[in-house]
Amino acid sequence: MYGFEALTFNIHAGYLEAIVRGHRAGLLTAADYNNLCQCETLDDIKMHLSATEYGPYLQNEPSPLHTTTIVEKCTLKLVDDYKHMLCQATEPLSTFLEYITYGHMIDNVVLIVTGTLHERDVQELLEKCHPLGMFDSIATLAVAQNMRELYRLVLVDTPLAPYFSECITSEDLDDMNIEIMRNTLYKAYLEDFYRFCQKLGGATAEIMSDLLSFEADRRAVNISINSIGTELTRDDRKKLYSNFGLFYPYGHEELAVCEDIDQVRGVMEKYPPYQSIFSKLSYGESQMLDKAFYEEEVKRLCLAFEQQFHYGVFFAYMRLREQEIRNLMWISECVAQNQKSRVHDSVVFIF
Amino acid sequence: MGEARGGCCPPMYLFRSEPMQLVQLIVPIESAHLTASYLGDVGLLQFKDLNVEKSPFQRTYAAQIKKCGEMARKLRFFKEQMLKAGFCSKKSTAQVDINLDDLEVKLGELEAELVEINANGEKLQRAYNELVEYKLVLEKAGEFFHTALSSATEQQREYESSRTHEESLDTPLLLDQEMSTDSSKQVKLGFITGLVPQEKSMAFERIIFRATRGNVFIRQVVVEDPVTDPVTGEKIEKNVFVVFYSGERAKNKILKICEAFGANRYPFGEDLGKQAQMITEVSGRLSELKATIDIGLLQRNNLLQTIGDHFEQWDTLARKEKSIYHTLNMLSLDVTKKCLVGEGWSPVFATKQIQDALQRAAFDSNSQVGAIFQVLQTKELPPTYFRTNKFTSPFQEIVDAYGVAKYQEANPTVYTIVTFPFLFAVMFGDWGHGLCLLFATLFLIARERRYSSQKLGDIMEMMFSGRYCILMMALFSIYTGLIYNEFFSVPFKLFGPSAYACRDLSCIDATTVGLIKVLPTYPLGVDPAWHGSRSELPFLNSLKMKMSILLGVAQMNLGIILSYCNAKFFRNRLNVWFQFVPQMIFLNSLFGYLSILILAKWCTGSQADLYHIMIYMFLSPTDDLGENQLFAGQKTVQLVLLLLALVAVPWMLLPKPFLLKKQHQDRLRGHSYTLLQDTEDDTFQLGSNHDSHGHEEFEFGEVFVHQLIHTIEFVLGSVSNTASYLRLWALSDMPSHLPHHGDPPG
Repeated sequence: MYGFEALTFNIHAGYLEAIVRGHRAGLLTAADYNNLCQCETLDDIKMHLSATEYGPYLQNEPSPLHTTTIVEKCTLKLVDDYKHMLCQATEPLSTFLEYITYGHMIDNVVLIVTGTLHERDVQELLEKCHPLGMFDSIATLAVAQNMRELYRLVLVDTPLAPYFSECITSEDLDDMNIEIMRNTLYKAYLEDFYRFCQKLGGATAEIMSDLLSFEADRRAVNISINSIGTELTRDDRKKLYSNFGLFYPYGHEELAVCEDIDQVRGVMEKYPPYQSIFSKLSYGESQMLDKAFYEEEVKRLCLAFEQQFHYGVFFAYMRLREQEIRNLMWISECVAQNQKSRVHDSVVFIF
Repeated sequence: MGEARGGCCPPMYLFRSEPMQLVQLIVPIESAHLTASYLGDVGLLQFKDLNVEKSPFQRTYAAQIKKCGEMARKLRFFKEQMLKAGFCSKKSTAQVDINLDDLEVKLGELEAELVEINANGEKLQRAYNELVEYKLVLEKAGEFFHTALSSATEQQREYESSRTHEESLDTPLLLDQEMSTDSSKQVKLGFITGLVPQEKSMAFERIIFRATRGNVFIRQVVVEDPVTDPVTGEKIEKNVFVVFYSGERAKNKILKICEAFGANRYPFGEDLGKQAQMITEVSGRLSELKATIDIGLLQRNNLLQTIGDHFEQWDTLARKEKSIYHTLNMLSLDVTKKCLVGEGWSPVFATKQIQDALQRAAFDSNSQVGAIFQVLQTKELPPTYFRTNKFTSPFQEIVDAYGVAKYQEANPTVYTIVTFPFLFAVMFGDWGHGLCLLFATLFLIARERRYSSQKLGDIMEMMFSGRYCILMMALFSIYTGLIYNEFFSVPFKLFGPSAYACRDLSCIDATTVGLIKVLPTYPLGVDPAWHGSRSELPFLNSLKMKMSILLGVAQMNLGIILSYCNAKFFRNRLNVWFQFVPQMIFLNSLFGYLSILILAKWCTGSQADLYHIMIYMFLSPTDDLGENQLFAGQKTVQLVLLLLALVAVPWMLLPKPFLLKKQHQDRLRGHSYTLLQDTEDDTFQLGSNHDSHGHEEFEFGEVFVHQLIHTIEFVLGSVSNTASYLRLWALSDMPSHLPHHGDPPG
């Protein structure tokens, strides 16, 4: 029904689209970032943020601030926005919105499991979890000893359960295993989300397939770079790539055999949309790759707002807000640690 | 120019916005704070932000604003605490002079004290809540153990008795073995008791079941009343649980799960006697703690009470200080750092008041030098400021909602005072309803003094601020109601009997043939005889529709005449000749003509069809009018009017942009040597300035498009506005016909 969603879209999702576009107007602009980068103390940052949408969330914080407080409160704002939207949403938008949080859920599961492996306190770990990825029995993850138990005890009740089908082994958990688990879960999640969006059809499918393909390709590149020099075999590596995106299928073959970062680069440069990412970096440099990817992602997310009557805006807004919170965290850290010269290293301007 | 106009005629401040001046203040830094405060009380100076390029924390008084923000945070904290404790801050009239720094110290002390008391109270409360939970566990689990014990002994007895009988199906198969295992081999079952939130209880049970592969025995008992959770301090529904397990590993798992679910565990003695002892012990400690908590609460309430007494004052002070510093931040710091320089707009009449405030501030702050006040010459367009009073302010607000007039443009508010309530009344028209409205608004006006000082609800606030507007509406409604002769939709014979009567006594043909006129025309308004008659609706419709058009055309003409006033005031001949004149011609040759036809039809009683005349005036202007002719030579007149209207459109559209362009080029050519004239003729500059978007840049295309839009808007607007005025008829028709909705149409 491509092209006809405009007829009926506003019946259910019109209000929420208006809301989300209003929220988008509240994102910090380049002028805001310039001002924030000039701040001398965290109190200055708070003062500046008090004129933005974060104001009500920060105003009751007593004066010696910490970066974590700022990030926590800003995340709270995102969570409140999300919850408000989720409350108002009807099917299939509500499912779509729930899909957005699964990524955080996977991250939280991995965080808790890794933390328990290194014998950290569960409460401490819980505080570090992203609030969007919380589920009821998350703290119980600490009980599990291996993947099978993890699944059987806890995750079977969560929406992540179907993604587990590929990684149930009785091996004991270790760092490598967990990392593989994270990527297998992510792969299954992205594929499922992609299928769901395709099922929705229309502009949603078009825009979300672009955004999710980018996400999948980025993960593929990251997996390739991170697995260089580990004991992960080529076939295992290839198994972790999501089965869609620009690299699928031929790029995956090439990525799977890469031995160093310049080979990865060579693969990427064959794909015109990704040429620009590497063009800014000199050979052999991988630290700035993350930032380049983030910048590219932000550009794509902003484009999602150019079209109306699709669900991509919700995904884009959540991602942009998260990027903004990452920016704020970086700026606050730089200000707090007196490293102001490095402020611009990792800040991605959204507008 | 303000004075020149004010000299000859009485002050007409309502018709135009106040003449404004740009003033510069140079305030010594020591008296700056007091100056800002006094000027704030005067409220007639609008500061320009001279530090636009600076971010908020780079400004001069950023530190003070931060301080005020911090104080506001403390005050919010107090307020929240007071609300929780059920205190409301009292309005104390006593003005206590308290310095900002003192207040800051005081607030800091109070906050620290309050936080400490709260922390202590919380600790005690937590201990108390834990004990309450413990007691619950003891009671519920004790109950459970008790019943279990009695049932077990019963079972034992049953078992013993059943041993003699045949084995029934009910007896468990393994019972034999279980019972026969000797006590030395028996695994010691451990158990854990505690409380778990009710909503998580199912998941809790499930997870424990899964984690131990079903090798547990769980019992849960619902606690009837919600329990205060010791950790969060919230009241939630909880279950008491007992979990029996075997083995150390299971125990560890269960402990971890308990932790994960926020289930509080409490030790529980197996011995019955010990349990009873524990219960009494716990009860004793509970009552002890209760007393301590009560004392703490009393202390806290006392503290909050003292805060509550001053809260309102402190809050006002903190807010006031914050806005004072915000204002001071708009001033720029002089190079010598000894004085602040500010610029702002003020109405000319306020000069005296402002100077007075400056002097007072200098005197009160013991400053060595007074503030310097001087008027600046500027070509900037000043902001619009209308002086209003309590009667005109609601009308001004209505007008401002549609758009604020530019500086010194004619203010439509004066006319709105009459037209707005009148047009309302045309629709509302019922003197019964009008009287109700009148009494309601008179009530508001009578209690004006009391209401103006207190905070009203949302809707009430709106009613109250518009009370004079509503008063006018009520008065006009009574008037139009009398004209329509409607009192709650019922006609009254207020002005003598009806002019019409039946033809004979039986009145049989009243509805078929009609009535005859026996008396002179009814003196005021609609004759009551129309009510309920067959032709009532067509008659009233025709009357009200035509009346609406007359009112509409009159009002639109008023609007155009106001634009003439503006053009005249700003000496803008272009706007007079190429905007006002063609607009007048266009409107009046079409709709003005229609109005005249309506009046002619009313006066002559002609049967001509006005729709027909108007429509065929456009479709075939040369055709003969036939029976629709109202006066001799109507065809020629119509042809002339139509031509005039057609000419008026390009007249509006084309000359103005070209003339503006020529004017601009002339000005550019003579720019170097017309400087002297410029300063002399300030008003002309102002007037032409904002028409051509500043004389530095002149985009012909933009001006032309602007004029095109303007013209199209006017032409379409005059048609659609006339149609819109028919709403007056449509709405006035509605209320009077609602009551007899069920009547057959007639």
